[in-house]
Amino acid sequence: MSTFTFKTKYDQEILLGRRAKHLSQLLDGIETVPASSIFLHTHRALQQNTMYAPEPPNDFAYWVTNRLGYERLGEELASVDIVQFRSVEALRHKFIRILRTFIGEDPHTDSCVPGHEFHFMACHTFVLPTPFTANSLAQFRECLRQVHVTTLRYHILDRTLRGDRGENDFSAWFREIGNQALADELAALDPYTQTMEGLRNRILKLVERHESD
Amino acid sequence: MRAIEEYAPIVGRPAIDELFFLGEKLKGKSVQNINSTAVGGGVAEILTQMIPLLQQLGVDARWDVIKGNERFFSVTKKFHNGLHGADVEVTDEEFDFFLEVNRQNAAEMIFSDIVYVHDPQPIALVEKRNGNKWIWRCHIDFSQPNQRIWKFLEQFTTRYDSAVFSAPAFARQLPIKQVLIAPSIDPLSDKNKDLPDDVVNSMFERFGIDRSRPIVTQISRFDYLKDPLGVIKAYKLAKKHVDMQLVLAGGGATDDPEGPQIMAEVKEASEHDKDIFVLFLPPASDLEINALQRGSTVILQKSLKEGFGLTVSEALWKSKPVIAGAVGGIPLQIAHKYSGILTHSIEGTAYWIKQLIGEPEYARRLGEFGKEHIKNNFLITRHIRDYLILFHSLFHSDEITIL
Repeated sequence: MSTFTFKTKYDQEILLGRRAKHLSQLLDGIETVPASSIFLHTHRALQQNTMYAPEPPNDFAYWVTNRLGYERLGEELASVDIVQFRSVEALRHKFIRILRTFIGEDPHTDSCVPGHEFHFMACHTFVLPTPFTANSLAQFRECLRQVHVTTLRYHILDRTLRGDRGENDFSAWFREIGNQALADELAALDPYTQTMEGLRNRILKLVERHESD
Repeated sequence: MRAIEEYAPIVGRPAIDELFFLGEKLKGKSVQNINSTAVGGGVAEILTQMIPLLQQLGVDARWDVIKGNERFFSVTKKFHNGLHGADVEVTDEEFDFFLEVNRQNAAEMIFSDIVYVHDPQPIALVEKRNGNKWIWRCHIDFSQPNQRIWKFLEQFTTRYDSAVFSAPAFARQLPIKQVLIAPSIDPLSDKNKDLPDDVVNSMFERFGIDRSRPIVTQISRFDYLKDPLGVIKAYKLAKKHVDMQLVLAGGGATDDPEGPQIMAEVKEASEHDKDIFVLFLPPASDLEINALQRGSTVILQKSLKEGFGLTVSEALWKSKPVIAGAVGGIPLQIAHKYSGILTHSIEGTAYWIKQLIGEPEYARRLGEFGKEHIKNNFLITRHIRDYLILFHSLFHSDEITIL
């Protein structure tokens, strides 16, 4: 049986020195910033606020609603169902489509109050090892109980959107060790509608249920 | 000196192990911090805490201070005020003198593998860079700098490998990497450590404040930018509907010429109201501040402008509901209605004071979420990790780096 090595990560937040005052500038930015910027702005609030459920909105939705006052558009941006995406580029195009449709022929250049501009950021992610490794589902469960929530975020959120498989690491490993059903059930969970602690508990229960498979 | 291990019960063993891992991976690289003062001021305070902790993590870290005379520091004070947006005039002779002092210092210094320069005073040392890595850390509000001063400094910032700012609004269009690193609080310091109830009670008794009634407190220096007069107005509006006491506590900067004037105005606005307590605290009143924050019902930070506003983190760390102005770094510390309340006006502040006193369960929840947010994002261990990651990032350019 192959070994699963739990990892953790830290995002160094990079300031791009680019800001948007109105919708068209937001769209311009979303179209051109690095992929890590889209990932950061759709996951930052989630990463910083571990106790909130349901998830806090992505930065684009928050700014459009609270700084520009476009409530309907803000709701549409907040409703982008990230769990359905398998790459950051696909996610970027979803935001672009929503903004282009809303902007239409009108450039929407009404500016926010000075000082409340949208500041584009990106991230440089550092992946670190942890002492936790598993060679069986029982060991996996024991490790999962102990790792920091950042480890869950990395294996579930980062690796699905930024990895090359389009799948979270846990499901990929379950598949590798022949537990297809567990892999599928885990892949079906929506990590964006619960706290990471809630997600940890759900995965623990799933794994426990499949341990005797 | 505190041991890094003392933080493990607060942030968890894995977080400390990760710091050791990051420190170990820097083996063979020396790190040199340079600023302009060994004592006094936020930067010296950060470095005093940080350097021994970095050394415990195995980092070859040291701290050097540049030398300068009175004239040099009067020029750099002008830089400081100008970068904050004040209208100051710096002459060509003053720019030349600034450079001359930097060059004299550079000639006497031996630079490490990584040179971490703090604030504008030593910025021109980078002229001496020679195959090593240089970082410039700007600790001040940089959102609307005096353009002439910025243009002068920009020629040096662009020679660094990375620049570090405390808030996204301070970033500029620069050809070098710009990194966001927020400041932090030390949960084990006198200002933030746990205090027994009897210590808190005795502090309130000492000041004659009644803990059986709601207490709304703002801890900050007496400065127009902290809006103590606006706080008193908000209190008076809210007081029409809820019983409460107001505590305004803090010190004043000795070099602030406006200090006596603002104190006089605060005293005038608060006289005849026995429920307003204006406490002028001397330096080294950390335990008093800690107790006042812990014993209060609601904490205010109604600033009009802020560098970062760490008093917000201090209050949230004590699980207190906080109402604060949405300026500077405060929105990074508070997600409105999740981990605190952000306001933009005296009326808004009064409205939320009433709400939080009237709905203690909601207030409790804000404080609870706020503490968790601070634990995850604004403790000194996160700050150390950001520094270590920053040093590593000088040697890696990919979007994702496996260490």
